[in-house]
Amino acid sequence: MKVKQIVELLNARVIVGQNQLESEVGMAFSSDLMSDVLTVETENLMLLTGLANLQTIRTAEMSDINKIIFVRKKKVSDDMIRLADENDMILIECDYSMFKASGILYQSGVEPVY
Amino acid sequence: MHFEFQVEGGNFSKAGTASSQLKKILKQLNVDARDIKRVVVALYEAEVNVVAHAYNGVIIIDIDTEKIMIQIEDEGPGIQNIDLAMQQGFSTASELVREMGFGAGMGLPNIKNNTDKLTVTSEVGKGTKVHMLINFSI
Repeated sequence: MKVKQIVELLNARVIVGQNQLESEVGMAFSSDLMSDVLTVETENLMLLTGLANLQTIRTAEMSDINKIIFVRKKKVSDDMIRLADENDMILIECDYSMFKASGILYQSGVEPVY
Repeated sequence: MHFEFQVEGGNFSKAGTASSQLKKILKQLNVDARDIKRVVVALYEAEVNVVAHAYNGVIIIDIDTEKIMIQIEDEGPGIQNIDLAMQQGFSTASELVREMGFGAGMGLPNIKNNTDKLTVTSEVGKGTKVHMLINFSI
């Protein structure tokens, strides 16, 4: 599924990284715990998280994740946008809960990591 | 090749800058992407540990064509029981560290998982030394 379809499904907003809208998403991982994200070995996945701080972006950078959806109406900061931009990431804000956003994506065919 | 980076204890806004710079260096050296991920995840976990627990630290990196060796030395409270610290789920992290998405007692086990050799030595009241070795797959 393309990122732009996910943005539509989740009624979400792209904050930075519009150039990633056409890229494909096969798998996603939902977590607020960055320690858990750092243990995932799968490549090219999308992260859904309610944790909006600079370490979310750093964790994604180290984990080779370049697509992040911030759920539960969390707002990304200017510092996060700057770091995401440096690393060619797309940051998306979504008002849905993690459960709802994950459920919609799962139902639409996005695969879980495990 | 030899590199050194300073780490500031308590400064979460800078946590990960050394790992980020190392990632760029390894990419320029055309290191395999899976190896890069193992190295930077292990270093990032260690860097977060220094920021979370120590007053300051230094990261010393040596890279050759076959492997990377990383030494992280910090000045801080040290680790009382290293065997316990290596166990998944054990953590002495503060509430602030947990708010940053860490402190679940997964850092050291994840470093071990991503390295070929890991040695942790510590002196209570002085600091901790972490030495890690990762062999490149190609």
